Amino acid sequence: MATVYVNGKPVDIGNEKLNLIQAAQKAGVLIPHYCWHPALTVVASCRMCLVEVGERKPDGSITMQPKVVPACQTPAKDGTVIVTNSNKAKFAQEQTLEDLLLNHPLDCPVCDKAGECLLQDYTFNFGRAQSRMIDEKNTPPNKPYIGNNVTLFTDRCIMCSRCVRFTREISGTAELQIINRGHHSEIDIFPGEPLNNKLATNVVDLCPVGALCSKDFLYKQRVWNLKTRESVCADCSTGCSIWLDGNKSIVYRLRPRYNPQAQGHFMCDDGRLGYHYVNSIERFLQPMVRRDGKLTPLPWTEILPTIRQAFQSVAQKDAAGVVGVLSPFLTCEEAYLIAKFLKKLSGQVRLALGPVPILGADDTYPKDRRGRPIQPVKFTIRAEKCPNRRGVEEILRYFQGEIISFEQVVHDAAEGRVQAMYLAAGYPPRPGGWISETQAQMLQHIPLIVCHDLLPSPVSNFAHYVLPGASWAEKEGTFVNHAGLAQAIHWGVVPTGQIRTDGQVFLDLLERRGLLHAPTLRKELAAEVPYFAALARGDLGEYGIPLNDERSA
Amino acid sequence: MPIAENEVKWVTVPKAGLLEQLYLPAIFQGLQTTVRHATKTLFGGGAVTQQFPEVEPKLPPNYRGVHRLNRDEQGRVKCVACYMCSTACPAHCIDIVAAPSPWPDREKYPETFVIDELRCIYCGMCEQACPVDAIELTTLYDLSGFSREALMFDKEKLLSVFDETVKAGTDPIRTRSGRLSVASELPADTGLTSSSSAQS
Repeated sequence: MATVYVNGKPVDIGNEKLNLIQAAQKAGVLIPHYCWHPALTVVASCRMCLVEVGERKPDGSITMQPKVVPACQTPAKDGTVIVTNSNKAKFAQEQTLEDLLLNHPLDCPVCDKAGECLLQDYTFNFGRAQSRMIDEKNTPPNKPYIGNNVTLFTDRCIMCSRCVRFTREISGTAELQIINRGHHSEIDIFPGEPLNNKLATNVVDLCPVGALCSKDFLYKQRVWNLKTRESVCADCSTGCSIWLDGNKSIVYRLRPRYNPQAQGHFMCDDGRLGYHYVNSIERFLQPMVRRDGKLTPLPWTEILPTIRQAFQSVAQKDAAGVVGVLSPFLTCEEAYLIAKFLKKLSGQVRLALGPVPILGADDTYPKDRRGRPIQPVKFTIRAEKCPNRRGVEEILRYFQGEIISFEQVVHDAAEGRVQAMYLAAGYPPRPGGWISETQAQMLQHIPLIVCHDLLPSPVSNFAHYVLPGASWAEKEGTFVNHAGLAQAIHWGVVPTGQIRTDGQVFLDLLERRGLLHAPTLRKELAAEVPYFAALARGDLGEYGIPLNDERSA
Repeated sequence: MPIAENEVKWVTVPKAGLLEQLYLPAIFQGLQTTVRHATKTLFGGGAVTQQFPEVEPKLPPNYRGVHRLNRDEQGRVKCVACYMCSTACPAHCIDIVAAPSPWPDREKYPETFVIDELRCIYCGMCEQACPVDAIELTTLYDLSGFSREALMFDKEKLLSVFDETVKAGTDPIRTRSGRLSVASELPADTGLTSSSSAQS
């Protein structure tokens, strides 16, 4: 057991291999740093983390090193003494910041990073108030195209080289490099080799200043206007933890949130830029019923009892003809509620898993220059493009023991064995759509179809009831990723129009009172479905809870 | 730099003496003004009241009236769409949509810039917040319109207020001139010097 002394305070760091920044973090002391990132190699090039370091001998005497040393490069060991608040350390921080700011254009008012910029934060906390620079600043021209999703404001760069190391170590594609020397150093790409790998936009998050900016978010909002919520990316079954930044019912950007259990520090561009359908104007905004072949709006208070009665009457006549299709985009709570509603009609009602979108094969990073994957794998983009197949499958397994595939349902429908269908879809618009025209045609003759979806699809063209669904950014619940990690999602934006969250609609169908409260439902789910027993606390914490599955073990 | 403990000045409210607690001196002081005005009107010193609609009042140049959006020397909007004004605005009456600027010397400009003049409380915080002196409050005070929409001033309207006030020679007093970007550079002949490059 190693003890480190941070500003005179002893901290037990156990047997972990830590550098001084991490050791000080354990003591609650921030050592400012730019170039160091826990997922990247150490280069100690920014010199921001200079601290005084010494050693406490077993006899209690302390010997300090004569010079300040970079904390990121110095391993913490038993008896290490770190001093961050001495005059010497403070002077080093101040000097480093003054150097970094020499050529920085200070265009904070027009910089997208302002408000979450480490250069701003550290200058405020550790820097000096006045610049002594009297010469002209270097103003290298901006590079608006270094990739399809990334733009470079060259003059704002402080040469921490995080982005360069990211493309070399995590994505492996090595598009970025530093050209020129000294104060004329610049980040650049090789001519004709832009930064277009699928992890490219992570360099925007890695950039401690506003040099690398996301084109998708460029000048859209100032960051202090955004409301940030913890959520989970719904684009593939990796289930990357994310920050969801929205304002006034509009999602503006997604950022990766560190989660060692899910994906680590990063996220892919497919997920990051795949949120736009949430803001789509095509979305259903009100519940509608088909009258004389045309969809006409009907208030929730009327449409839900109508749907409930319609399903009850069909279930009385032919319970096996009632089918519920649960898409893998539903949260576990929603799947549980709709399954409960349908199974309450009759035990013979069948529940099926909606189409699971699979696109190509799992895509792993790093890759070499020719695009071939290299071991060890540091990031995986899954082929299964849905967030919660496992969770929904487990609910289905609990309620009926087997999982009926969507193809089976379509087959039955074509043979006229389906009398009523509840499509809890919630699919995002992806190339090809979630249902093909031929499949939709086979469903056309079902006497009662409720299509609960976000956007128009071949089914909604003939469905008898169309209910507007809420996207993952608008609801609370649990997603279970490919590895069985249950993570909580939180609403980041308020749904527009008359959209209600799917879970709320299911609660109303069940004639249960009150508003949907995910933690309460999670407890209920944990008590009832053994697979989810680990969620009994209701709160899933920052990193989620791994669900133990005996079958896969 | 965060504010250091020794830079903070604590001020206490001075204690009122016996005379001040009586309030009588203050009352007589106030009455004095009333009596002065009354005698002036009665005994031929001229009326104190202003004949408003007929005679335009002379307002001090730091009066806070309708906003204007300033133009730079090339006639372009000076605003760089930094949202500082809308962030500072306590009434949330400024709505900006930013876009990459069409000009090479600037990165960002306001695609739309709308001020709800009815919602505005004319506090002048936008003027103080602006790093490029693009927004200013003019001495135009007689603001009226036939609809609420007519008083949602957009970029063109605000720029036209600038043109009008420049033509009328009723430029407001600058609150502060910073040297933060090219957009804030002053023409040399204004006589106003840029403040020293206080950069942190």
